[in-house]
Amino acid sequence: MGEKHIDELSGVETTGHEWDGITELNNPMPRWWLWTFYATIVWALAYTIAYPAWPLISSATTGVLGYSSRADVTNELAAAEAAKSTYVEAVKAKSVGEILADENLRQFATAAGSAAFKVNCIQCHGSGAQGSPGFPNLNDDEWLWGGNIEQIYTTIAHGVRFDGDEATHVSEMPAFAEILEPQQVNEVAAYVASLSGQADTPELVPAGAKVFADNCAACHGDNAKGNKEMGAPDLTDAIALYASGQTAIAQQVRHPKHGAMPAWGDRLGDVKVKELAIFVHSLGGGE
Amino acid sequence: MKYGNEIVLLALAAFAALLGAAFAQDSQFGAHMWVLFFALVAGAIVLLRTGNYAPVDILAEDKSPYMDGPIRYGVIATVFWGVTGFLVGVIVAAQLAFPDLNIEPWLNFGRLRPLHTSAVVFAFGGNALIATSFYVVQRTSRARLFGGNLAWYVFWGYQLFIVMAATGYLLGITQSREYAEPEWYVDIFLTVVWVAYLVVFLGTILNRKEPHIYVANWFYLAFIITIAMLHVVNNLAVPASFLGSKSYSLFSGVQDALTQWWYGHNAVGFFLTAGFLGMMYYFVPKQVDRPVYSYRLSIIHFWSLIFLYIWAGPHHLHYTALPDWAQTLGMVFSIMLWMPSWGGMINGLMTLSGAWDKIRTDPIVRMMVVAIAFYGMSTFEGPMMSIKAVNSLSHYTEWTIGHVHSGALGWNGMITFGAIYFLVPRLWGRERLYSMRMVTWHFWLATLGIVVYAAVMWVAGISQGLMWREYDEQGFLVYSFAESVAAMVPYYVVRTIGGLMYLAGALVMAFNVFMTIRGHLRQEEPMPGTVPALQPAQ
Repeated sequence: MGEKHIDELSGVETTGHEWDGITELNNPMPRWWLWTFYATIVWALAYTIAYPAWPLISSATTGVLGYSSRADVTNELAAAEAAKSTYVEAVKAKSVGEILADENLRQFATAAGSAAFKVNCIQCHGSGAQGSPGFPNLNDDEWLWGGNIEQIYTTIAHGVRFDGDEATHVSEMPAFAEILEPQQVNEVAAYVASLSGQADTPELVPAGAKVFADNCAACHGDNAKGNKEMGAPDLTDAIALYASGQTAIAQQVRHPKHGAMPAWGDRLGDVKVKELAIFVHSLGGGE
Repeated sequence: MKYGNEIVLLALAAFAALLGAAFAQDSQFGAHMWVLFFALVAGAIVLLRTGNYAPVDILAEDKSPYMDGPIRYGVIATVFWGVTGFLVGVIVAAQLAFPDLNIEPWLNFGRLRPLHTSAVVFAFGGNALIATSFYVVQRTSRARLFGGNLAWYVFWGYQLFIVMAATGYLLGITQSREYAEPEWYVDIFLTVVWVAYLVVFLGTILNRKEPHIYVANWFYLAFIITIAMLHVVNNLAVPASFLGSKSYSLFSGVQDALTQWWYGHNAVGFFLTAGFLGMMYYFVPKQVDRPVYSYRLSIIHFWSLIFLYIWAGPHHLHYTALPDWAQTLGMVFSIMLWMPSWGGMINGLMTLSGAWDKIRTDPIVRMMVVAIAFYGMSTFEGPMMSIKAVNSLSHYTEWTIGHVHSGALGWNGMITFGAIYFLVPRLWGRERLYSMRMVTWHFWLATLGIVVYAAVMWVAGISQGLMWREYDEQGFLVYSFAESVAAMVPYYVVRTIGGLMYLAGALVMAFNVFMTIRGHLRQEEPMPGTVPALQPAQ
């Protein structure tokens, strides 16, 4: 098609072809482009000599640097382990009480527990350990199973109502819908609500006090202060695991909800559980 | 009877869909077959109503040298799917910022996200590629589309594929392969349509009356052939039942991952790069009215791009179970790909030499130039992100999302808008577009939208990557994953705003295209510089 001609604006010859009015100039490839292209090729070849690259029949070249990403990560993990080993050995050897008493070790364990908490615990307890309905807030001083360092350690290690661990905390509040009359449930709910605030139906409170003494005090205590041996919560504070208010209390009396927590001892190992216990103890409510 | 065979075939296919619905092995397949049934019946009814019952031989033959009907439909489909895809994009962006917007089960993020990616890449981009390739191959070959009504089959078949894919996602049908989510029966149908597309395109090239094949057609052909290969291999699967929506891939484990990213990366390489370079090589020289800068560069960068791209997929699997040697090769091939990609940018930009003033006077040229600039930027960013050290920071973060969108919104979107503005007045025989001022508005809305989007995602991605690898002096993790998610919220909100701007630009375009097709001309001040200023008397 057509004859070669010179483009007037650029003074460059065209290739002589033309398609629907489009022609092509016969410019050379830009030198910087070509040399950069060559440079990337040379670099690529050099890189494939240095690193694992060329597939063979049943393996591949390993590269003169002997790099392997698996070895790399193994070394990095080993270095990280080695850097912490003195502290980790100490945590392993000492009880949580002893760790708490050793200022340096306590600081290390708190940092380690905080990191482990971010990975393992925040899914239920929240990134600020603030809890959510059904999952206790760990910043306050209300403890279902006890708030001293040993008790916290035991709870984390063995969990709550966790089938896979024989030493797990177990307790179950009966469903009082099958034990009490509906009116009695309303009365006791009014009484419990009155302990931490205002009952919706204050006239039921006196009757509720009697129902409570007959049915609830055995676990929650005569003064309703709870019993940490049985995981029975303190009912006199305004902290509620599931929901507040007389209606919610009545619901819980009729058909109690029972949360569960995994036993972390077998999953994370004793060192991590100790570190977690130190961290949780440090949040503000530790006894 | 005109379309007699077609109507019979459609009716039979609709009946088959009805049987599929009746004997479906799972409820999703049944629902999907009902969708197919109604789509096919609607098609048959439309054909019946437009059918001419006179004998074929007295029908007026289409005397125009080129077949432009499917292209006109294709342009309208491109605008329609573009607006749809951008809208769904804005919705999923808002869902990330405000999770309450997830509406279960059909409109949650998990189902809308593939709807967004497929609508933008395959519905918007695919229709743009099919329509422009049909336009370009006819003009640059001086030949009518090969295969008669086969081009119509390609157009409507492709629309049916889009509808089946999109409704499938909403129904929860997916094979969980990114950008290849449709299940086996939709894949088989697309394969048939795609082969028909290849036949039309290749037949037209073989019928050409030009001695040489124009560079745009090399790129289009590479795109069509390679996508066929990628699609078939990646979707090799065994259906659990021929009347069910579930299949099992032929690949498993790391082989499966590598096949998927060989496909996924080359969907970017051949769909979004090679195909759209074909678009660039025709519409840029036409719109600026200048010769292509360098023929030699076009040859070398074409072949090097085609050869190198296909090997770069493993860079999506750095630091995974993929063997080190494959990771290395994926990385070095990506680095070598940098200059071949930039060859297209140079040839596109330098084609403007001698006509740089048109950037000031012609908003369509401005769009194309910004498209090429974003192309150059993303094809530098891509090789950079493939370097393992960079990838260890950028991988799995919002940075990747920003990278993809600077390519998709900036390069693919803008070059397509330029092509649409070029095509619409010519395809409908209009003197000019309804409004050039609106093109300028579209240009600024889209450009600012992209800049907001990409900048925010860079900041978000790098923050995210740094938070994930932040350790304290004792070697303990500083941030929980949930904290890194919470840190993203402001970026997600701003990103949604960027997307909204881009969508608003596309709506302006849709209105402009609609009014142009209707034959209206907006009375407005001409663009500055297009009318010679008054000269003092000589």
